Amino acid sequence: MTASIQIRDAFKTFGHGPRAIQALDKASLDIRPNEFVTFVGASGCGKSTLLRMIGGLESLTSGSITVNGQPIAGPGVDRAMVFQHYSLYPWLTVADNIRFCRQLKAHTRDRTSADVEKASGRADALIRLMGLSHVAHAYPNQLSGGMQQRVAIARALMSRPPILLMDEPFGALDAQTREVMHDLIRHVHRIEGSTIVFVTHDVEEAIYLGQRIVLMAPRPGRIDTLYDVPLPAERHQDMKLAPEFLALKRQILDRIRETSGMKTDLEQLARLSAEAAELEA
Amino acid sequence: MSARKRPGGVSPLWQIRTAIDPRHYWVLALCGLVAPLLGWSLASSLDGVDKVFLPGPADVLTRMWTWASEDGLPADVAISTWRVVAGWALSAAIALPLGLFIGSYRSVQALLEPLTDFIRYMPAVAFIPLVMLWVGIEEGSKIAIIFIGTFFQMVLMVAEDVRRVPLAQIEAAQTMGASRGEILERVIVPSAKPALLDTLRVTMGWAWTYLVVAELVAANSGLGYAVLKAQRFLQTDKIFAGILLIGLIGLVIDQGFRLAHRKAFPYLAGRH
Repeated sequence: MTASIQIRDAFKTFGHGPRAIQALDKASLDIRPNEFVTFVGASGCGKSTLLRMIGGLESLTSGSITVNGQPIAGPGVDRAMVFQHYSLYPWLTVADNIRFCRQLKAHTRDRTSADVEKASGRADALIRLMGLSHVAHAYPNQLSGGMQQRVAIARALMSRPPILLMDEPFGALDAQTREVMHDLIRHVHRIEGSTIVFVTHDVEEAIYLGQRIVLMAPRPGRIDTLYDVPLPAERHQDMKLAPEFLALKRQILDRIRETSGMKTDLEQLARLSAEAAELEA
Repeated sequence: MSARKRPGGVSPLWQIRTAIDPRHYWVLALCGLVAPLLGWSLASSLDGVDKVFLPGPADVLTRMWTWASEDGLPADVAISTWRVVAGWALSAAIALPLGLFIGSYRSVQALLEPLTDFIRYMPAVAFIPLVMLWVGIEEGSKIAIIFIGTFFQMVLMVAEDVRRVPLAQIEAAQTMGASRGEILERVIVPSAKPALLDTLRVTMGWAWTYLVVAELVAANSGLGYAVLKAQRFLQTDKIFAGILLIGLIGLVIDQGFRLAHRKAFPYLAGRH
């Protein structure tokens, strides 16, 4: 199952009147079926806001977002979401967290006994796919951060969502765990066929995972540049050292710096340390 | 016993937030309990200290014994416990659903929270004349005082517990297609349960502190009433006994709640 997403002039302000903050300025973007798109950018660029708008968790001030041509109205089972943390249910075991959606009316409507059987098979398959077999009956807070995120991903995949939205899901993990998760999520993308929209502030992560990178810029939040990732569909960790990977990384980092005004920070730092040296002398 | 020393030469006993030897812990805890008892015993046995002014531990124990054997202590404990539990349970029965809605819906919060915040600053004791006027002087009035003393605080605490449910847990359910009813039932309530049980434990303690006040109202039984009557007859040892018993019952109930908490929420004992 897969789906396309059409974003047209998505505009968002928080608050009212003169104090209103413009979070996103007329963003337009087409995401193809089964595409893996990553959003990167400095903080305040509206990348999370845009993702949450696709997820239906945030309303649009103006503009439209459609999925397969259908306007979205609030959150829906066709768009699963993985959060950075605190989204698991600590009172449920790993297996019950993954099966959580099965008890919701949205999933039990028109269900046959064959569906129930298929679903239990699905849960077992996801537990195996995510490498959670040995902790299936443990509680989330007995697991490491990386294992918790595996559970969150498995839970999101449980209902076979055509679209998977990920909001900095690996932001709190250490570098080694992150690499493992990257290969895992690319594997999931290949075998599940879902469309994935992935928000991160880590440029390397954005390139390694994405087929296309959407660079966003702050003040006001907007889509700045689109990059096609010049890497084959099949990826492995060594590619992070390939010249084209490094060139793209340099290019994107420079652009983020330009759009966020971080260069002036460096200059100011140099000036301040010079002043301090003068005072000491 | 030589205390292990950290770099810097300071004993762990005086390191900020550092675990200490369990033996040291128990010795210190015992000292903390025994020292005041010794001090009390000593002070009361000094020459020139009137028993009416300060009875010793032995006098209080003797009084507890005669109270229990001849003076109807079990009945006093039973009626007081009943009043406290009834007043507290009544406020819990209303505060839990109300707090759940205040914490979940901003509209209900706007409607009820400022009012509750206002009422909770009104002293429960000052309501006694009104309660006597409206509820009368029967059992209901004692329960009503305990209710007034605990309910308004409890509503606000329950609402706060509910608001502390991580937003990501709620949003995850939304993206899985959960309805509002399902989010309340399957996410907010189970997520807030441990905090709610803690709130019930703390408010039970407050309910006990309102007991004596409640038994000011035309009572002729109960621990609080016994303390008040003892004051009239200058039975200082009975005042001591009553206060200690109320404290003891409170402690037992508190430990019961803590035990229930550990048994009911085994998933909280994780690695974090």
